[in-house]
Formats: sequence, structure tokens, C-alpha cells
Amino acid sequence: MTPLLSVQGITKTYGAHIGCADVSFDLYPGEVMGIVGESGSGKSTLLNCMAGHLVPDAGQVVFDTRSDGPRDTVTMSEPERRMLARTDWAFVHQHARDGLRMNISAGGNVGERLMAVGARHYGQIREVAADWLDRVEIHEDRMDDRPTAFSGGMQQRLQIARNLVTGPRLVFMDEPTGGLDVSVQARLLDLLRGLVRKMGLSAIIVTHDLAVVRLLADRLMVMKDGHVIETGLTDQVLDDPQHAYTQLLVSSVLQV
Amino acid sequence: MSEYNFAYLDEQTKRMIRRAILKGLAVPGYQVPFASREMPMPYGWGTGGVQVTAATLVPSDTLKVIDQGADDTTNAVSIRKFFERTAGVETTEKTAHASIIQTRHRIPEESLTEDQVLVFQVPIPEPLRFLEPSEVETRKMHSLEEYGLMHVKLYEDISRHGHIATSYAYPVKVEGRYVMDPSPIPKFDNPKLGDMAAIQLFGAGREQRIYALPPYTQVVSLDFEDHPFEASKADHACALCGAEHSYLDEVIVDDSGKRMFVCSDTDFCESRRAAGHVGEQAA
Ligand SMILES: Nc1ncnc2c1ncn2[C@@H]1O[C@H](COP(=O)(O)OP(=O)(O)O)[C@@H](O)[C@H]1O
Ligand SMILES: [Mg+2]
Repeated sequence: MTPLLSVQGITKTYGAHIGCADVSFDLYPGEVMGIVGESGSGKSTLLNCMAGHLVPDAGQVVFDTRSDGPRDTVTMSEPERRMLARTDWAFVHQHARDGLRMNISAGGNVGERLMAVGARHYGQIREVAADWLDRVEIHEDRMDDRPTAFSGGMQQRLQIARNLVTGPRLVFMDEPTGGLDVSVQARLLDLLRGLVRKMGLSAIIVTHDLAVVRLLADRLMVMKDGHVIETGLTDQVLDDPQHAYTQLLVSSVLQV
Repeated sequence: MSEYNFAYLDEQTKRMIRRAILKGLAVPGYQVPFASREMPMPYGWGTGGVQVTAATLVPSDTLKVIDQGADDTTNAVSIRKFFERTAGVETTEKTAHASIIQTRHRIPEESLTEDQVLVFQVPIPEPLRFLEPSEVETRKMHSLEEYGLMHVKLYEDISRHGHIATSYAYPVKVEGRYVMDPSPIPKFDNPKLGDMAAIQLFGAGREQRIYALPPYTQVVSLDFEDHPFEASKADHACALCGAEHSYLDEVIVDDSGKRMFVCSDTDFCESRRAAGHVGEQAA
């Protein structure tokens, strides 16, 4: 089986400072990979290199494209990469305002990706948007409201709907539950788990919250100081951590 | 001779502007940056259009200047006077007699010819500005033809008003490539942009952009399949000349607030009346 995403030797430095170093892994269709580690361990740097937001100093990010099979997205042309970013990829930001258009209605936010790939029937766009709002538990009668009128949890759910509406084949998430109240986090996690299972999503989730990956991730990568120090099935890593640092992390001594 | 160079601008500046115009004509709908000059009038007065006109004028030209269809507003009169004084060209109010027409907010009703140039005054040249404040990003969106946002704007219109409420500066796609702001003309005028015999030049002074439509260019107004573009106008005939298919202004005619609809293109209206057409108010 061809991996959906094959990451090879990704390194990104900030001047003399290491962001992430020599990271390699494969992600297969339908898999959810969790990336954990304390704050500053390089998770976001790695994720942004994979999603094309940062240019890595070295390494390849090979994505199995629909039309041409495996392609290195680091070296492909910018138009191609941007096309991927609004069709086959999705990116859920920690702060919903980074991933939403705050001056556009909820329906318009969800519809944008549809229109970006050529949807030109208002009624159909609205139908799809309504269906997606429903899937993320936002009532249809909020469809014409702007996200500024929404709670933090609702904004995050809207961001998820906006991202998933075009049926992306790979979803990047950076601390999707970060910054939310604990009860709101729980609801969002439930929702995400439901969507992942139902849609068979392939996803890479960055978090410092082990509860998130326990619920969502099939496999884990543990990062420390920019390096991957342990990988394995989620339950294996969490229940029987091999690396001393992972043991500390799991025993929540290092919980941030 | 006056103390000015012909048409106020120096020859080097005119050459620079002409190069921008030629580039604009070569890439229809593409916004060409140019180094806008200080003009002896405020920005809101069409300094972009004035610079394009100045760079286009030759002594044998006949110039017409209209503002919302009228030749006699302060803005139109002062621009016309400016070129009478600085270029000494002939001016006219007759659309058919003009070789260059500078306009704000309208396209004349009378069909233009291959011998004419229409110069638009543009306040905000960037059609994506409403949704994307970053200039770097909008340029990238143009270069990669990422125009989904334009439809998001129309979507928002329909979701709020039940129909596409944008009634002027209605965005168009040029030759299937660049999305363009046609300047704040009423959308009634949009169909005239396409396939026009005359050259159309657009100048934005403050934003330092020139763009153009060469003759017979394909121009399509953006819309949705189930909310098609409509070149709407007030559902009346002109009270003065009886025209049923011209763009109308609603004007208050007396102290009691009585209103009537009249052609916004004053030359068109007068020509029709001179030819014997009468509307219901014409006495
Ligand atoms: N733009 C940047 N400039 C300089 N250093 C950065 C920048 N972004 C991140 N870093 C550094 O790179 C390391 C990894 O950061 P980051 O990827 O944000 O970690 P995480 O997401 O795991 O918290 C940290 O030491 C951080 O300070
Ligand atoms: Mg981070």
C-alpha cells in the first residue's frame, strides 16, 4: 500500500536554533497520527513544514496526489501546493480566528472552499453548508450569523466544518482543543472522534494533551527538542513507554 | 502657449503612463502599477483618470467629460476646464463627437466606436479588497486565479438580502482570466463593457493602478446559476424623453418632494428630445 503521506528527513532551523530535526514517518490512508511533546519541542514547526506553511531546510513531504500519485510537495510549484491546500488538505488552527473569516457569515465560511473549487449554485452551496453545520452541532438558524457572535467552542466547530466540507484526504490539526474550557474540550473531542470514525479521515494531530491523542490517534510520535524520540501505537506508547522522557510525560510530571 | 507642457504632465511621465496603458491593453483586466503623479486636484476627483487622459490626448482630440452621466457637474466641468487650459483641445458634450471620453460612474448610452477611447476614474481598483486586506495576498490570488472569494462576497449578498444586492462596481471576469472591478458604474452598464468597439482605460490615482479592456473583449459579470446576473434599472421610462432602456436617476422636482425618473446620460436625453421624443413630464 502506498502511504498517503511520506515524510523523509524534515529539518527546520531558526538561525542556530533547531525547530525540528531529521523527522521521517509514513502515514497510511485512514490513519490518525498524534504528535505529542511539551511546549517548544517542535510539533508546530514540523506540522507547518508538512502543510506547506513553512519551507523546511531539508527533507521531503511526499503526498499521494489524486492525479499524479506520490509527489514531493516541498518542491512542487506554489500554485499546485495552494491547490492541494484548498482541496485535498485541511488545516485546523488552534485559534479559530486564524482559520475563519470573521467578517463572513458561518454559511459563507463553510461555502468558501466549495466556491474555491468551482461551486456556482447558491442553493446547493447552502444545502451543503447547512448539512455541515448540523454535523458539527451548529443549528441551521445560526448560518447567517458571523463567527464573532459565536462562543469559542462553536468557532472551533465552525472551523472544522469549513475545513472538512470538501472531503479533504488529509487533515492537519494544531492543538485543536487548546485554549478551550475543559467541558467544551470534551464535547469537541467527542465530535472529532465521531467525524474521524465516520469519514475514515487521515489526520495528523499536534497536541501537548495526551487525552486528545488517547481518544483520536492510532499512532504516536513523541518529540523532544526537535527530535522524534519514540514512536508506536498509541496504547503501546501511553501504557508502556520505552523512553525515559516519554515515561515522565505519561506520568504527567511534564504535563504543561 | 501656457506655462504647462501639453496636457500638464511632462513627456517622461506621459511615456511612463503610456507604457502602463499598453501593458494593460496587452493583459486585459490586469492591474498595472504606475507611479501616480500629484495632480492639481484632490484624489477623490479622478486623478487616475486625469493622468490616463493626459497621457492619451493629442492636440487633434475632442474631449468629453462626464460625471454620473452629466457634463455639467462641478467635477466634470473642472476636469474639462483643466484640459481646455492645459492642452487646448476641443471639448464637447456630444458623445458622438468625442474622441476621448473621461467618465465617472457611467458608460454613455450611445454605442461607442472604434475611433473612441473611454477613460474611467477608479477609486478602488482591487475587487478582492473587500475580503482580503493584504495586497501581497490579493496579487497572489490574481496570479493563481484563486477567485473563489469573489463568489463568497456574492453569497453573502444573497444570504443577507435574498438576492445579489451589489448594484454598482459589480465584479466581472475578463477573457476568462482576470477578475476586475469596473469602477462604480451601475451594474446596468456592465453588459456594455464586453465586446465594446472603443478602447476602455481605467485609472486609479491614489492606488496607483491602470488597467484596460481592448476593443471587443469578453467581459462576464460574476453570478450564480440560480441567481443569474441582471442588468437592472428603475422600472420606468424617462420622464423627459420617454426612453425605456436607458439608466435613470430619480430626481426631486419640487418643494413638496415630487419625484421623477430621468436619463442619467444628459446628452443622450437631450439628443432624443431634439429628435422629437417626449416623456410624460415634458411639456
Ligand atoms: N518563528 C520562530 N523563530 C524562531 N524560533 C522559533 C520560531 N518558531 C518556533 N521557534 C522555536 O522552535 C522550537 C520549536 O517550536 P514549536 O515548533 O512552536 O514547538 P511546539 O509546537 O512543540 O510548542 C522552539 O524552541 C521555539 O522557540
Ligand atoms: Mg505549537
